[in-house]
Amino acid sequence: MKEELVDRIENNPKYQELVSKRTGLGLKLGAFVLVMFYAFILTIAFNKEVLATKMGDGLTTIAFPIALGILIISFLTTLIYVRKANGEFEDLTNDIKDDVKDLL
Amino acid sequence: MFKILALISIFALSAFAAGDATFEAVKRELNIPAIIMFFVFIVGTLGITYWAARKTKSASDFYTAGGGITGFQNGLAIAGDYMSAAAFLGVSGLIYLKGYDGVIYAVSFLVGWPIILFFMAEKLRNLGKFTFADIAAYRLGQKEIRTLAAFGSLSVVVLYLIAQMVGAGKLIQVLFGMEYEFAVMLVGVMMIIYVTFGGMLATTWVQIIKACLLLSGVSFMAIMVLYHFDFSFESLAVQAVENHKDSESILAPGGFISDPVSAISLGMALMLGTAGLPHVLMRFFTVGNAKEARKSVVYATGFVGYFWVIITIVGFGAIAFLNSADGAQYFTDGKLFGGNNMASIHLSHMLGGNAFLGFISAVAFATILAVVSGLTLAGASAISHDIYANVINPNATDAQVVRLSKITVIVVGIIGVIFGIAFEQQNIAYMVGLAFAIAASANFPILFLSIYWRGLTTRGAFIGGFIGLITAVTLVIIGPIVWVQILGNAEAIFPYKYPALFSVTTAFVAIWFFSKTDNSQRAKDEREKFRAQNVRANTGIGADGAVAH
Repeated sequence: MKEELVDRIENNPKYQELVSKRTGLGLKLGAFVLVMFYAFILTIAFNKEVLATKMGDGLTTIAFPIALGILIISFLTTLIYVRKANGEFEDLTNDIKDDVKDLL
Repeated sequence: MFKILALISIFALSAFAAGDATFEAVKRELNIPAIIMFFVFIVGTLGITYWAARKTKSASDFYTAGGGITGFQNGLAIAGDYMSAAAFLGVSGLIYLKGYDGVIYAVSFLVGWPIILFFMAEKLRNLGKFTFADIAAYRLGQKEIRTLAAFGSLSVVVLYLIAQMVGAGKLIQVLFGMEYEFAVMLVGVMMIIYVTFGGMLATTWVQIIKACLLLSGVSFMAIMVLYHFDFSFESLAVQAVENHKDSESILAPGGFISDPVSAISLGMALMLGTAGLPHVLMRFFTVGNAKEARKSVVYATGFVGYFWVIITIVGFGAIAFLNSADGAQYFTDGKLFGGNNMASIHLSHMLGGNAFLGFISAVAFATILAVVSGLTLAGASAISHDIYANVINPNATDAQVVRLSKITVIVVGIIGVIFGIAFEQQNIAYMVGLAFAIAASANFPILFLSIYWRGLTTRGAFIGGFIGLITAVTLVIIGPIVWVQILGNAEAIFPYKYPALFSVTTAFVAIWFFSKTDNSQRAKDEREKFRAQNVRANTGIGADGAVAH
C-alpha cells in the first residue's frame, strides 16, 4: 500500500471513528465474555461446591442453567457485534473507500 | 483417474463389508439398514467430490473454494468443522462417563467464538489469502514465519486428526465388526480420495450437508430422550443419577478437573485454541467479503451452541438409557462395546432401532470424513502454499503447488492412520483438548501479536513461536496422557493433562522478549510497515477481494 494512501486513510476522521468505535465495542463485549467464562472456570477451580447447589426440590443443580446461560450469552454477543459491524461499521468503511477512491 | 480411485474405494469397502465374517472380532450380526445408509452417504459424497473436482481448477479453488461461499453456508461449514467426531462422539461419551464434567468442555468449546469474532475474524479476512501464515507473514520475513506456521499447523492437524481417526475406527468397528486397524486404514483411504480430488469446494459442501444431517439427527435423539421423560430435564437427571455409579455427583463439576491449574489451563486452551485452528481459520478465506465473514461466525456460534445443548441431553440420555437392564446388550465384559466414545451410537440404536443407528452412524462417519478432510487440507496448504510456494520455490506454478498438496494429503493421511492405531484407547475429547492446547500456544500468539502489536519482529515471532510450539509439544509428550497411557511409563514428568497455561504464557513472553531486544535494521523496517498493515486490517483496502478471479 502506498504511503500517501496510508496517510490519507489514517487522517480521515471516519477512519478514526471506525477504529475507535469498533475496538471499543469489541473490547466491551470481549471483556464481558471473558469475565463470564473465567468466573465459571475459576468457580470450578476453587469453589465447585457452589455449582452443586440444587434448584428447588429437584436434583438438577444450578450448574446446568449457568452453562446454558453462557452458551446463550456467547451467541447473543456475536449477534450484537455483527448487527453493528454489518450496519454502521460497514457504512463507515465504504465511506472511507469512497474518500480515497482516486488513489485506489 | 478419479473414477478408477472411486471404484477402488467402493470395491475396498464392499470387500471389507463382505469379508468381516472372517474376523473373529465380530460381536454382533451385520447391520444391513445401517450399512445401506452408509453406502448411500458414501456414494452421495463421492458424487459431490466428483462435481467439485470438475469445478476446481486453480489453487484458489482448491484451497478456498474460489471465495464464493456465502456467509450462511460458511457458518454451517464452520459449525461442521467444529462439530467433529470428537465433539459429537467424544463429548457425549465424556458426559456419559463423567456427567457434568463433559458439559464444561462443551461450554469452553463455544466461548472461543465470540472472541474470534471481536478480535480476529475481520482482520484475518482483510489480511489473508489462503492460510493464516499469510497474515503473520504480511510484514515479517516470509521464510521464517511460513516455516514456523507450517510446523504449528501440522502439529495441530496431526493431533486433531488422530482424535478423529480413533473415533472413525471405533465407529466402523462397532458397525461392521471390522478390526479396528482396518477400520482406521479405510478412513485414511477415503479421506485421501476426498481431499485430493475435491479440494476445499468438496470438503465445504460435504461439511455443509453433514452439519444439517448431524443437527437433525442429534435433535431427533434428544427429543426422543426427553419424550421418554415427559420433556422434563429433572426426570431425566433423576433417572441418570439412579443409573450412574457416581450418582448425584454427575450433576455438578466433579473430579475430572481436579485442580485449579488444570481447570484454568483447559479453559485457556479451548478458548484461545479455537483462534489457532488452521482448518477453521482457513474458512474465513472462503467467503466473498468481511461482511459475509462476520455473518458466518454468528451462524456458526448459533449452530454450535444449539449443538452443545442437544449433546448434553444426549449424554445424560445415554446414562439413563444404556445403564439400564435394556441397555445391557450393549456391554461386553462390563464395558460399553467400542468404548465410551460410542455411547451416543448405542443410544441411537436403543431409541430408533437399526435404521436410526444406520443414520446416526452414517452421519458420524460423514462427520469424521469431512473434518479429517478439512484438517488434511489445512496441513497440505501449510506444506504446499507456505513452505513450497513461498519459501522453496517462489516461481512454482499453480499445478505444481496443487500437486504437492495432494502428495502431502497422502503423507498426512498415512501418519494419521499410524497414530490413530497407537491412540486407540484414548477418549477423543481429551485429545482434541491437546490439539487445542498446541494451537493456542503455537499459532494463536503469533497471529494475535502480528495483528495487534507493532513491535513484533521476525526474530521475535520465529524464536518465540518455536519456543511456544516446542514447549506445548514437549509438555504434551511428557504429560500424563502420552507419557503414561501411551508410552507406558509409571509416572508423568509433567503432572498436568493440559499444558496451555504454561505454554501459552511461555510463547507470549518469549515472543515479546526476542522482539523487544531485536535492534536490527530489519526489525525497524518491520515496525514501520505496521501502519500500512493496520490500515488494511481495519478497512480491507488493498485486500484483493478475497481471492477474486
